[in-house]
Amino acid sequence: MQPRQAINDFVIKFANVNGTGSASANGMFAKAIFRMGIPVSPRNIFPSNIQGMPTWYEVRVSEDGYLGRRGGTDIMVCVNPQSMDKDVKSVDPGGYFIYDSTKPLDLRYVRRDIHYIGIPFTEICLREYQDARQRLLFKNVIYVGALAALLNIDFGILKDLVADQFKGKEKLITPNVHALDLGYKYAMEHFDCPMGMHLESGRAVAKHISDFDQILMDGNTAAGLGAVYAGATVAAWYPITPSTSVVEAFDKYCRRLRIDPGTGKKNYAIVQAEDELSAMGMVIGAAWNGARSFTATSGPGVSLMSEFLGLAYFAEVPAVLIDVQRAGPSTGMPTRTQQSDILAAAYASHGDTKHVLLFPATPAECFELTVKSFDLAERLQTPVILLSDLDLGMNEWMSPPLEFDDEYRYDRGKVLDAEALDALDERFGRYLDVDGDGIPYRTYPGAHAEKGAYFTRGSSKDEYAAYTEDGDAYVRNMDRLLKKFETAKTLVPEAKIKSANTRTDYGVMFFGTTASPSYEAVEILEKEGIALDTCRIRAFPFTENIEDFIRDHERIFVIEQNRDGQMRRLLLNETAVDARSKLVPVLEYDGLPVTARKIARVMRDYIKGADVVNLMDDPALKELQS
Amino acid sequence: MTYLRPNFRHPDSPTNELGYTRQYYEGGLSTLCAGCGHDSISAAIIDACFQMNIEPHRVAKLSGIGCSSKTPAYFLSGSHSFNSVHGRMPSVATGANMANRDLIYIGVSGDGDSASIGMGQFAHVTRRNLNMAYICENNGCYGLTKGQDSATMDRDSVSKKGDVNMYSPIDLVRVAIEVGATFVGRSFSGDKAQLVPLIKAAISHRGFALLDVVSPCVTFNNHQGSTKSYAHVREANDATPVDFVPTRQEITTSYDAGTTQEVCLHDGSLVRLHKAADDYNIEDRQEALQAIAHHSGEGRILTGLLYVDRDSEDLHDVLGTTRQPLNTLTQNELCPGSRFLDSINAGLR
Repeated sequence: MQPRQAINDFVIKFANVNGTGSASANGMFAKAIFRMGIPVSPRNIFPSNIQGMPTWYEVRVSEDGYLGRRGGTDIMVCVNPQSMDKDVKSVDPGGYFIYDSTKPLDLRYVRRDIHYIGIPFTEICLREYQDARQRLLFKNVIYVGALAALLNIDFGILKDLVADQFKGKEKLITPNVHALDLGYKYAMEHFDCPMGMHLESGRAVAKHISDFDQILMDGNTAAGLGAVYAGATVAAWYPITPSTSVVEAFDKYCRRLRIDPGTGKKNYAIVQAEDELSAMGMVIGAAWNGARSFTATSGPGVSLMSEFLGLAYFAEVPAVLIDVQRAGPSTGMPTRTQQSDILAAAYASHGDTKHVLLFPATPAECFELTVKSFDLAERLQTPVILLSDLDLGMNEWMSPPLEFDDEYRYDRGKVLDAEALDALDERFGRYLDVDGDGIPYRTYPGAHAEKGAYFTRGSSKDEYAAYTEDGDAYVRNMDRLLKKFETAKTLVPEAKIKSANTRTDYGVMFFGTTASPSYEAVEILEKEGIALDTCRIRAFPFTENIEDFIRDHERIFVIEQNRDGQMRRLLLNETAVDARSKLVPVLEYDGLPVTARKIARVMRDYIKGADVVNLMDDPALKELQS
Repeated sequence: MTYLRPNFRHPDSPTNELGYTRQYYEGGLSTLCAGCGHDSISAAIIDACFQMNIEPHRVAKLSGIGCSSKTPAYFLSGSHSFNSVHGRMPSVATGANMANRDLIYIGVSGDGDSASIGMGQFAHVTRRNLNMAYICENNGCYGLTKGQDSATMDRDSVSKKGDVNMYSPIDLVRVAIEVGATFVGRSFSGDKAQLVPLIKAAISHRGFALLDVVSPCVTFNNHQGSTKSYAHVREANDATPVDFVPTRQEITTSYDAGTTQEVCLHDGSLVRLHKAADDYNIEDRQEALQAIAHHSGEGRILTGLLYVDRDSEDLHDVLGTTRQPLNTLTQNELCPGSRFLDSINAGLR
């Protein structure tokens, strides 16, 4: 089979051993493509291990601007003999297999339908370097150099990236550039460069990418920075993959931005707690006392925090929780992605509880919605859970630049200060619904010498915060909390709805990282003549336009990355429309981000099976679909 | 018990320097059993705050779950209070203290709340040296669930049902000293003369101050054979009398130098202990642990101020947080604004 040709549109995968320094070389590879102005989306597919296990890095290049996983592999760069068998098999027909040719290739790995490029990485390293550690590290840089020749990466950009990476350690720049050069020269001398699949800068790229001056950023860093911009002063946390880098980013930016210039002291406090229970307790204690506070965790942490989330819901204390989801249940697959905490988060804790959820889909949204979550938590006096995931949180995504409106002021919610308490004619009732929106007024401890003190508790109380076991008072309070949740519907971000060019009874709903591949799948099907309207859910409680969307369509695919169709269940539970027969689950839960190809295939099969006439019944298209 | 409290107060009730009477420091009516040791501790807290001229609204009361944790409702009604979840008061107190370092934090817990479900949080708040007074009202049993043994119940102590406890007890005082506590005292709810000055000293201490107060449960653990009964504690208490001298008060009484130990706290107040001649140095961690173990081995309960580190640095000192309470910082001080965001964006291209 002839090697396939493609410009700025392919998937390349690196098979590495973890702990060998491959991550930084691979990151440099992806960033170079980004700097060439070609849309790129890199993904780390890594084990729960520090050193010695197989790890992969998948880079999708798409001038159409698709940032979700496509599915399939066009080019495999094999640097790990452990996984070679599997890696050879995973290359699409017509694709390339780049391997270390220091030893002859095992005949079992030879396929007729793919193209082999052997480069003696180990031999070059043995020749060039004496030190074992250097041989290991520079092997990564050498293959990036070789790829620069094979794929037509701008070598000057790579050199700039090396200089950026070793700022402050200038001694390391020359040897790294030399290693790049070794790979580059070898490839140039031995192969026709560039190969059939390669990069070209200066070509037109998708409008939604070219309209913005893009940045490359991971969601966790954006969320941590969002907490800085939101004015969070207390962060309490317990380390857990894949959320750890949220608080690390908060810490990093606070060290730059939150040091009091006069005293050198910190205008923030970060406490590494003994466990997630304690982390959430600290967040609640700080918020009760008038500071903006947050924590970041993953599924197991949410389980542990549930008791406290119930307290915050019932005692009406703000709390911001960033849940970077991973594959559960239990320890599950700690380094693999999923969207499987939806129900656990929505209903965390015993008794009748519901929590406000936000679903960011891009780093820019991680930033924006983190800022928003503090406003919502304080306005609604309740926990707000930002549901990100490993794919969004730990991978670098192309994103429009982060934006912040300097005119915007924090919404600190209904807080009575000393002045307001003095002006108050009636008796202060901590749980009194004064405004009819279910949201009562609160006071901070120490606010006033004589007024406003109240008793916060997780047990039943009346409007004046006095303990009561009176059934009527309990019901009044529970019903007010429900009313408050209705108010939340008007405050959370609306779903984003896009209509197809032609009228259709089919809709698609998705959220978070399912959005990118879903939009792509919808475009794939659109080209096949299948029209689908889309609805990207951004918050729970569900905004009114979500109910309308369900009402307006006969069949709606709900795309999500978990086994049980948790978002679908939440929609059935929490919307007034009868949707049981309308909502069709499209699920992926193998721990890898769902691909556009899979989503398109499942929806296509369903629609075809449902005997819908394809508007463009073209034989050529049919062949494409098979 | 009665739910009516007489409102009458003598017009000439003494007032403190702030002009408040002791009544001003009271709380709601206790719903605990008549004679409960916890009510005496609430009264001691009221006395301590009244005598120290504390403004109630500058105090935050925190508790977990259990009989002891209900008591913040029974003192200082002018203070905010947070009755949190079982065993987790230390974390709520930690967050609250991080938000506002200027309030006085009084935590009330029990032996179930601290030594069982909350053992982890207890150990960690101790080692972080959070600036708070932590009072454990220790009765050796679970009162609110009707008398089950707790983890502080002494070995061989007999439950009301007649079962002999065969488990080794957890002594919170020794755990606290072991994990780095900077102020550790033990007292008895029936010894107000010792308890009130200890509470004052605990409030004055900068850092984590634990008071383990043996507080008999009259309903479930006050019988013959219990080592947490009034009768037993009265008999077995090896009490060191304690005086607390506030910062600005002139020292008028004098004691024999050989039997008096004075410790000056960071705010300038003085704790004076009247000790037996053969006593240990309470600023020495190892000596303190040995003395406590020795008394315990003899079946005695050593009470008083047992260990203090007067140079203690609290969690804010360790973290290097600003002097100004974090909850008073404004958006202008906290938010870097769009210009800095531009430079961040530039670095991500």
